Amino acid sequence: MSLLSVTDITVSIHGTPLLDRVSFAVQPGEIFGLVGESGSGKSLTALALMGLLPDGAITTGHAELEGLDLLNQSEKALCALRGNRIGMIFQEPMTALNPLMTIGDQVAETLMVHRAMPRAQALAVAREKLDRVGLPEPRFPLRLYPHELSGGQRQRVAIALAIALKPALLIADEPTTALDVTTQAQILDLLRDLVEDEGMGLMLITHDLAVVAGLATHTAVMQTGQIVEEGLTEQLFRARAHPYTAALFAASAHQPARVAIGTPEPLLVVDHATRAYALARPSAFARRPVLHAVDGVSFTLHQGESLGLVGSSGCGKSTLTRAILGLDALQGGEIRLLGKRVSPAMPNAMRADVQVVFQDPYGSFNPRWRVDRLVAEPFHLMPVPPPDWRERVAEALVEVGLHPDDRRKYIHEFSGGQRQRIAIARALITRPALIVLDEAVSALDVRIRAQVLDLLAALRKSHGLAYLFISHDLSVVRAITDRVLVMEAGQIVEEGPTEALFEAPRHEVTRRLVAATPQIPIDWMETAR
Amino acid sequence: MKPGLAIGALLAGVALIAALVSLVWTPYDVTALAISQKLQTPSAVHWFGTDHFGRDIGAMLMVGARTSLAVALVAVGIGMGLGVPLGLLAAARPGWADELTMRGNDLIFAFPSLVIAILITAVFGPSAINAIIAIGIFNIPVFARVTRAGALSLWTLDYIRAAQVAGKGRARISVEHIVPNIANLLIVQGTIQFSLGILAEAGLSYVGLGAQPPLPSWGRMLAEAQTMVTLAPHVAIFPGLAIVATVLGLNLLGDGLRDALDPRLRRER
Amino acid sequence: MTRYIIKRLLSLVASLLAASLVIFAVIEVIPGDPAAYMLGMNAAPDTVAALRESLGLNVSLPVRYANWLAGMVTGDFGISYTYKVPVADLVQARLLISLPLAGLALLLSTLIAVPVGLLAASRRGRWPDYAVMGGTQLGIAVPNFWFAMLLVLAFALNWRILPAGGFPGWSDPLMAVRALVLPSVALALPQAAILARVLRSALIETLGQDYIRTARAKGLTGSQALVRHALRNAMIPVLTILGMQFSFLLAGAIIIENVFYIPGLGRLIFQAITQRDLIVVESVVMILVFAVILVTFLTDLAYAAVDPRLRTRG
Repeated sequence: MSLLSVTDITVSIHGTPLLDRVSFAVQPGEIFGLVGESGSGKSLTALALMGLLPDGAITTGHAELEGLDLLNQSEKALCALRGNRIGMIFQEPMTALNPLMTIGDQVAETLMVHRAMPRAQALAVAREKLDRVGLPEPRFPLRLYPHELSGGQRQRVAIALAIALKPALLIADEPTTALDVTTQAQILDLLRDLVEDEGMGLMLITHDLAVVAGLATHTAVMQTGQIVEEGLTEQLFRARAHPYTAALFAASAHQPARVAIGTPEPLLVVDHATRAYALARPSAFARRPVLHAVDGVSFTLHQGESLGLVGSSGCGKSTLTRAILGLDALQGGEIRLLGKRVSPAMPNAMRADVQVVFQDPYGSFNPRWRVDRLVAEPFHLMPVPPPDWRERVAEALVEVGLHPDDRRKYIHEFSGGQRQRIAIARALITRPALIVLDEAVSALDVRIRAQVLDLLAALRKSHGLAYLFISHDLSVVRAITDRVLVMEAGQIVEEGPTEALFEAPRHEVTRRLVAATPQIPIDWMETAR
Repeated sequence: MKPGLAIGALLAGVALIAALVSLVWTPYDVTALAISQKLQTPSAVHWFGTDHFGRDIGAMLMVGARTSLAVALVAVGIGMGLGVPLGLLAAARPGWADELTMRGNDLIFAFPSLVIAILITAVFGPSAINAIIAIGIFNIPVFARVTRAGALSLWTLDYIRAAQVAGKGRARISVEHIVPNIANLLIVQGTIQFSLGILAEAGLSYVGLGAQPPLPSWGRMLAEAQTMVTLAPHVAIFPGLAIVATVLGLNLLGDGLRDALDPRLRRER
Repeated sequence: MTRYIIKRLLSLVASLLAASLVIFAVIEVIPGDPAAYMLGMNAAPDTVAALRESLGLNVSLPVRYANWLAGMVTGDFGISYTYKVPVADLVQARLLISLPLAGLALLLSTLIAVPVGLLAASRRGRWPDYAVMGGTQLGIAVPNFWFAMLLVLAFALNWRILPAGGFPGWSDPLMAVRALVLPSVALALPQAAILARVLRSALIETLGQDYIRTARAKGLTGSQALVRHALRNAMIPVLTILGMQFSFLLAGAIIIENVFYIPGLGRLIFQAITQRDLIVVESVVMILVFAVILVTFLTDLAYAAVDPRLRTRG
């Protein structure tokens, strides 16, 4: 008998249909993967099973956990089930824990709510569980508060409180999306071990096909509220019978056409760049420790080249980026663009040569301006805005695949992918030699991401642009760059041609990054129809 | 339009119209005394009755509305005019400018408007101007804080970085990008401070630190009514109701505006 | 934690010094010659000179400021020009009425606001919420001194169950508290309305946080999550308002003393203003500002007690 069997669950909220006859089953001791793009209804499915849908939701269908009907339970019975027979962990570890409560108490609370256990005893069990998820004494005492832990450590606490009572089913909703690759690999390993040791079922919700490929026995693919395909992971991924599955696959392995570089003239030269920050004092009279965010970094980016910069969060990428854009001053060394020194005081004409595209398609635009004014903003860098600026905005919009009439619209009328196109148009408008792409495709769904990568490749060819492509996502960097720099603790630890570097990483940091990056096995890809 | 917003607009509108009309016309002259008519209860001749000098309370309420609204409005103007630029500066220049502005704010917060009014009155003597200055000074840190908090959250957004990459300076970015995007916050805070200003003006006038005779004001009407509250309760009740209606109207208007202007709430619909 | 307290203490002292400078400047510098100002235009020159002598005005401004500060630290606020007694004695007697009044009102307002705010937040969008929101909207709009007049009209003059005014002194504590009932209710209700609304919106805000979802996934019921997780997190904005309310209540107490003819700080200071007794004005204002700054300091300590992030970061 299945641990969880779901039959024809349909959910609508305030009359809007969101889930359409969703059916699947999870076996005990099995990892079940639920994949799909954002808005496909993955998280909603989980919340429907937990009985935690928002007010105004209407659920029909049937769901059984260990023979118990989940959808027709009183709120009281559901409370007795949650945390006891079903545990759940969420995407954002930074906000998932109560900031005012110690981690010990938060884990112990699960036990005290369900077992009426005295606090001392509950804390003893909490200690065991925290040891189990890799937060042992004496480094991680029970009295720590969430803010004293990193994101990965907080996610471990969230796992500990979800498994404290050995639930039959654990639902993990994008548990590693907010973490960097090395932490992601550790958390996924932990989840796999827990499933083996405790014999529970794990329902793993993710947008990342590679994560599912490495972990799940069964997988279901979800699109706009429906499960379009379901089966054993390997078979499903090899066959790609449904066109949507095939499209997701093609997009995640997408490789834009390569662009040949012309004569390698140096464009951007970073020479022993250094920048340090003083941190808060650890105690009242201690010295302020110093963080060397960028520590003697040197490299050269050539005209027309696409250069990748990878590293885990906190490695100094952002600080280096701000210095290259001339937003922050360096404390040592220098950065030269076309032979001239980059600094916050550099003349506007120089700024026109380096533009930027940011990660967040929502925060990148003033919501009160129309698209033409947004795209034309860098014309501020010219002594006089060109008289034909409207035409040039329209032209730039066409270049990025939008319509000239989109000029008069506001930014909220566009999707995430379209917004990144507008951001690219804004970066193009001054005809720069270099565009810094700061995690520019990280927030996009795979299919949209593939399209934007194609656009970037095409623009590079037609405009002779150089890219500095900053990302934590190795697969994207691999797809679009010619050469890669690997950064760790403020220093460049390895550099080389993209393919060669990823095939045979020399430095330990690079090896760790490559090993941690989830991948779909190569031979699964080859057996396409 | 939501009912709250409509009621708010109506109540505040009545007060505003009464104040404006009082500039050109009042049913009776508020400076003319008619002791023979004193303490009359509401009637067809005097809709709101008369006070202990026989003055028409309706007419005094109209002129009182003018005093209250003018004092509160100018005080909001002072608060916005000084507080908003300070808040923008503090957000745009983290470090000493921010620290200095915020410490200055804390210092002003230690002086409730009543205390400021006491200080000014002790040295310069009582007048309606004192109330304006006292309430206005109190408003400065309020607007500075709201502006700073709103601006700080915007400064972390990428469109501000994009503007910096486009070579724009902090002042220009503050005016072009920050101000339009915190305008909603400021409008809502403006209505709140406006209604608080009316309450504060009434309190100051009541204890004699605000508007001086013969200028009618709601707070002073209440102070004068206090001794004869058993004899003629209406003398004390109508000015109070006028304050309640106006403040309630402004608060409802502010809440309604906040809901109408909040893009988060709009998107949900 | 120690670093946090040291920082707050330094800030407390700095605020006090800055505030005292402002007060000194307004009272003793702006009028030119305070002695001449206090005596009025028709005073004989030798009377003015005598007063200057007795007020200690014949030294340079910095020395005067230092003397004033040193005096206050030792509890010497000078001699009242009108009453001819030490200001400290005058103020002490009045403070013993005004402070308990403000404190009683703060207590009352909190006791009313917390259950009301909790009720509204837990029944969000249903009739108890609408009733609370409507009632508090009205409560905020009522000036406390007018509300006080209505209370006197109803409870003292009409039904005669509570005294209409005056203060019998603390020798009979029961009578003293009886005299403070109406004033503190009049002060507390409008403030309770504000506090209840702040608590409600803070609770609703925290109820939308991720950790509430985590708590619910653990098996906590909605009301368990509200009390165990949301309430404590919602205390942070509520503390801010409580701190500010004290200064409103203190100012409100001074105003409302007029309605009840209570001989508190308010009566003292308004008489001092009319009689141009700048020494009394200066001292009372300094004490009021000191009280507000002290409460701000206590609020900061309360933050740290609630929020562990402040304890470690400073």
